[in-house]
Order: sequence, then C-alpha cells, then structure tokens
Amino acid sequence: MLPAPCRIQQVWDETDDTFTMELKPADAHRPFSFQAGQFNMLYVPGVGEIPISICGDPADTQSFRHTTRVVGVVTRAMRQFQPGDVLGVRGPFGSAWPIEEATGKDVVIVAGGIGLAPLRPALYRLLAQRGRYGKVVLLYGARTPQDMLFPHELERWRGKFDLEVYVTVDRATASWRGNVGVVTTLIPRAPFDATNAISLICGPEVMMRYTVRELQRRGVASTQIYVSMERNMKCAIGFCGHCQYGPAFICKDGPVFRFDRIEPIFGKAEV
Amino acid sequence: MTTTTLECIIKQQPFFADFPNKHLKLIVSCARNVRFDEGHALFHEGDVADQFYLVREGAVAVSVITPKGCVTVQTVGDGDILGWSWLFPPHRWHFDARVVRPTRALAFDGKCLRTKCDKDHDLGYELLRRFTRLVVERLEATRLQLLDIYGKNT
Repeated sequence: MLPAPCRIQQVWDETDDTFTMELKPADAHRPFSFQAGQFNMLYVPGVGEIPISICGDPADTQSFRHTTRVVGVVTRAMRQFQPGDVLGVRGPFGSAWPIEEATGKDVVIVAGGIGLAPLRPALYRLLAQRGRYGKVVLLYGARTPQDMLFPHELERWRGKFDLEVYVTVDRATASWRGNVGVVTTLIPRAPFDATNAISLICGPEVMMRYTVRELQRRGVASTQIYVSMERNMKCAIGFCGHCQYGPAFICKDGPVFRFDRIEPIFGKAEV
Repeated sequence: MTTTTLECIIKQQPFFADFPNKHLKLIVSCARNVRFDEGHALFHEGDVADQFYLVREGAVAVSVITPKGCVTVQTVGDGDILGWSWLFPPHRWHFDARVVRPTRALAFDGKCLRTKCDKDHDLGYELLRRFTRLVVERLEATRLQLLDIYGKNT
C-alpha cells in the first residue's frame, strides 16, 4: 500500500511534549473514514513512518486528527510541520472499539495519559447516539494537571448531564484542587452497574493491567473489557511480524482486543 | 419519615461489608455523624490521631507541607476511609487533611475502639483485617504513582 498524500491543516500543542495535527487528503475527492480505535501509518518523507491512533470524530470524513507525543526522530520532524505541508498516510488499520456491542449497557471509559487520544473517537460515537447506552462514565488519569490532554473538552464533557467525568492526577501542584491519586482509585466508586457494563481502556500497559484488575474486582467480566495494545509496527498489514503479540498481530487483530482473548499473555514480560 | 440509624448507615458502607453483627454494635457505639464545610482543616501532621473517618459524601485532600506549599498526595472520597494512625503508637497523624468539597462523614473514636479491641480480640481481628487490606490497596496505588507511568521515559 502506498502512502496517500495528506495536507496539514493545523498543528497545535496540547502539552509541552504532545501535539495534534489536523490533516486532509490532498485529493479532495477522497474522503477519509475510520472507526474509533483504528490507527494510520504516517510517513514523513526521508525520515520514517510510524503508527499513530486517529483521535478525531469519526463523523468527520473531510479531515482527521492525530495526537502524539514527541518521542523520536519521526515525531520530532512532524512537530516542525506547518499548515500546507504534506505527509504520507496509509490506513486506517486495525480493530475498533466495540461501540455496537455497548448498546444497552453502561460504558466505562478508562484513559491514562495520552491514552485518552485513541478513546476520544469512541466517546464522540457514544455521545452522537447517546440514547442507545446506559450510563457513560469517563475516568481519566494524567501525570500532572499540566499534562492533561484536551482540558477544554474535558470541562465541556463534565458539564453534560448525561456523561460522568472523573479526572485525577498522579502528582499535584500546590494550586491543584482536584482529585489526586492513580486512575484505578476512581473505579470502586464510579457510578455504573458492573453486571451490565462494558469497559474501554487505553494507556500505559501497567496502567491497563491494574485497571483491568480493579474492574474485575468490581465485577466486570473479562468478556466485557477491551484494551488497546501497542507494539512496534512496520507494515501494518500483518506481513512483517514486528507487532506479533502471542498468536495475534497488533496491526490486524488489534490494537483493540477483548480482554479474555489475550488474558493468558497480558502482562507477560516475554511477549 | 424514617430515621436512618447509624447502624444502618455503617452496614451500607463497603468497608464494613460482612462485618459480624455481634461486633457492629460495638463499632456503632464509637461512631458519630459529622459534617465539614469546604476548606475545613480536619487535622495537621503531628496532631493526636485518636479517630478515623469514613467519608459518606464529599472529598478530603491528604497533603504534605513542602517548601513549595501544601501539596496533595491523595484525595479521599465517597466510601473511603481516612486515617489508620489511630491503630499504631504514637497515634499521631502523618499528614495534613483538608476538606475540598463539603463532606458528610462518620467519625470513629479510635481510643474507644482500641479499648474495645483489647477486650475483644475477635473485634480487633475484624478491624485489623479491613485496615490491612486498606493499607495494601493504598500501598499498591502509591507504588503506581511512584512508577510515573505517564512520564517521558516510560
């Protein structure tokens, strides 16, 4: 698959090491559609190609967004992009969050750090069809108040009567008046029916491990827990094997996995 | 209109789930309803710790005074227990606690409970079992905080 040229519309900083790009296919007749949870391979000519989750609204087929942290050569190059610059996009790839399966259930979204970015499209979908679901609860943990992603959107969501939003930070500043503690501490008192709930989790793997444990302790079945996994990806189409995860490939069997299907290998250091 | 008794309120709290009925009356006799406004300082580091709290509704920030000011290390909310220093000598609080949202709580007289536990070891065992689990959960959460899982180098 060849990368399709896409033009940068906007670039802006979310935190001191995280930024968002809004892109549009260079071919205006080529709308872009994706499912919540999927990712693209973004190619910076002469530098490299990396997988990044799509974090915008799936209902918008004219443009799409990626939020990423500056961690290496490719992301450092991307951060220098200006509106009008072009990069190559292959995708979308991978499995999606189970939005249809959530119908009639309470939905508990647990996000850690930049893990909120791949979950945001799921939240957009849920809110667009709000009547189909029971309680919708967002639990978000960030390192510090300054590291929170999408703070204005979080505030807007908190103001909605049909969405429960709980935010916590691991480390507080002297001026922070909000909750302090790891995101797992929000689970015991989050308002949802564990016997009829589905949970979507994304964040560092250690955070997901403890979150799953806390949800299970609360009574949520492993078949109702979904996690988004991450491994090094190169081809994104299941050929190269770089993203092999036990018997699966993250690029085509994931990144979203139903937890019971990976429970035997989840958290194993060798896998 | 029915009056909800202290016993009913305590029975409903997850911390006291499955608490043996024969010991519940002893717990109730050491408990009282309390209410605090936002900003109220519950206790300061070094104060005598002769009680613990069960937050029914609200939020309390557990904090440490640092050169940069008062820094919250944990927020205790609905259904959470605040305080285990009442159990161990020298029975002094190790942190500051300040109410960050109007809070209704149950305050338990630690001195009263220590005396009862000395006389009734089964009661002591039930309480220690619960407080040990609480301490383990808080330790686990603190270790996760220390890991800095969202940090740049993780």
